[in-house]
Amino acid sequence: MLRYAGKRLLAAIPLLFVVPLLVFLLIGLAPGDPAVVLAGDNPTPERVAAIRDQLGLDDPVWERYLRWVGAALQGDLGTSLLSDQRVVDMLTRRMGTTMSLVLFAMVMAVVLGAAMAIVASLRPGGLVDRLVNWLASIAIAVPAFWFGLVLASLFAVSYQLLPAFGFEPLSAGFWPWLSHLILPGIALGLLPAAEVTLQLRSALGQVLRSDYVLNARAKGLSRRAVLFKHSLKNACIPVVTVLGFRVAEVLAGSVTIEIIYNMPGLGSLAVDSVLNRDIPVLLGFVLFSTSVVVVVNLLVDISYGYFNPKVRA
Amino acid sequence: MTNATVLDDPVGGPDDPATAGRAGILRGILRRRSTVVAGGFLLLLVACAVLAPVIAPHDPDAQDVLQRLQPPSGEHLLGTDDYGRDVLSRLIYGARVSLQAAVQAVVVALLIGLPPGIVAGYWGGLLGATLTRVMDALMSAPSLVLAITIVAVLGPGVTNAMLAVGLVMAPRFFRVARATTMDVRHETYIEASVALGCSSLRTIGRHILPNVMPPIVLVISVSLGTAVAAEASLSFLGLGVRPPAASWGSMLSTASSNMGIAPYLVWPPGVMIFLTVLAFTYLGDGVRKGMLRSRSAGSKED
Repeated sequence: MLRYAGKRLLAAIPLLFVVPLLVFLLIGLAPGDPAVVLAGDNPTPERVAAIRDQLGLDDPVWERYLRWVGAALQGDLGTSLLSDQRVVDMLTRRMGTTMSLVLFAMVMAVVLGAAMAIVASLRPGGLVDRLVNWLASIAIAVPAFWFGLVLASLFAVSYQLLPAFGFEPLSAGFWPWLSHLILPGIALGLLPAAEVTLQLRSALGQVLRSDYVLNARAKGLSRRAVLFKHSLKNACIPVVTVLGFRVAEVLAGSVTIEIIYNMPGLGSLAVDSVLNRDIPVLLGFVLFSTSVVVVVNLLVDISYGYFNPKVRA
Repeated sequence: MTNATVLDDPVGGPDDPATAGRAGILRGILRRRSTVVAGGFLLLLVACAVLAPVIAPHDPDAQDVLQRLQPPSGEHLLGTDDYGRDVLSRLIYGARVSLQAAVQAVVVALLIGLPPGIVAGYWGGLLGATLTRVMDALMSAPSLVLAITIVAVLGPGVTNAMLAVGLVMAPRFFRVARATTMDVRHETYIEASVALGCSSLRTIGRHILPNVMPPIVLVISVSLGTAVAAEASLSFLGLGVRPPAASWGSMLSTASSNMGIAPYLVWPPGVMIFLTVLAFTYLGDGVRKGMLRSRSAGSKED
């Protein structure tokens, strides 16, 4: 098992270097002088020269890239062009908010999705089954940021049931933390929840028709026991795959949700850095997102080994 | 492709699976009611976008500060926004931006994804492996993050934003094109075409492409929906359409900042994005099922 995990890790690491390389190549390929673009409207020649110097634009792309990788490996991601703060500090300060939000959304997706799928599988083809299927396939088309706006406007502005804006860290208490996460978390979790529902329902449908389930039923086990003890674990594999894919999307979706709910997370940092062309901060954000994706992919691969021992070989 | 061109061709013919049963696919697609409704909605949307200057009741950019943030009324059916602009007119003009942007993004994705996909599937080798690696890396990067990065480099604007979205979507086209090409690469009629002395370009154009296109059409439909949603997100963040031009995403951004005073602004653009994405999803689903049905019907006839 450990060897299997190690192999997957080695296969995943190159991605961490490839994605920033793409960004560097893009900056290199972009038409015009990036420094002029970066300096914003009506730049002074000194500002342009300062930016050229800071980005090392007079060096070839690969040299800039290698220098950045070398520094990154020592935990240095450079400093912001705007505020002269260290990028690493900016990221770590805001990481908690984004991770809380993403984690809450994913937990909600799993709990809600699994509950819906299990309820639907109890009576295949029944009214509940069709209703759940219909709701989930519609929910997939709802844009997360619009759903976030609707929730904020209904529950925070019109009825003021929950705080609409901002974020409290866990150290400020459990309820303040949770109450600030509920609305954005639901908005962000709706799409993965719908996907978990559809995937798990269809996987359960297949497993419930298989021979060993028939065998278990023939031995006299109740429908419920068969569902929970024999079917769920096998039905989990496609669901875990979908969840793995989704983490990247949820992380991306957190950008718009953080803006709507005014949360001081990485997403708002990324948008600010784009609008101000703050490339070092942006590169830091890209590296962070890619690392999350790599780690999640790794966990997904390892969980395959857990759910299905045949994969380990 | 008409029947005559098929007969001109020494290799293609009724047995060529690419040309057989195309009418069957269409019939299979049109048999599903949800697909027809989705297609009808999209046609209506296109008509609205094209006829926007005729059907919009007001100038979408005309400001009237005295009429700002008015709730829906007889004069302004969907109310006015924070500059007193008519929401319904902006919604209609927004359809133009959304559809145009979606087409732009999908064309970019098609151009970047399809030819390398066919090349990688047809020749394979080191080139194919390299292309596959690059596309895999592109695919596993978080899409919106990558799109935001590209916008940061190129500067905001719909065209740049859709270039970014297209690049991010390209791996889907690449994968499908590569897989389908590899599937048919060693079919007898392809080898016959090569043996008869057709150039690779002709073989690809005449015999591979017709096989690759049906699944690509499916990817196009789904990607159009994704692109509409992506344009909305990017414009919402201020990275897409430039003000004062109307886009459903930028209208939601206005709604977001005026949520307390004008909650009605949240609904129209959001519902339009939702319905458009849903319609493209259902259309794609219908195309897929229609293709499956005609394929299974075709194999029964054989």
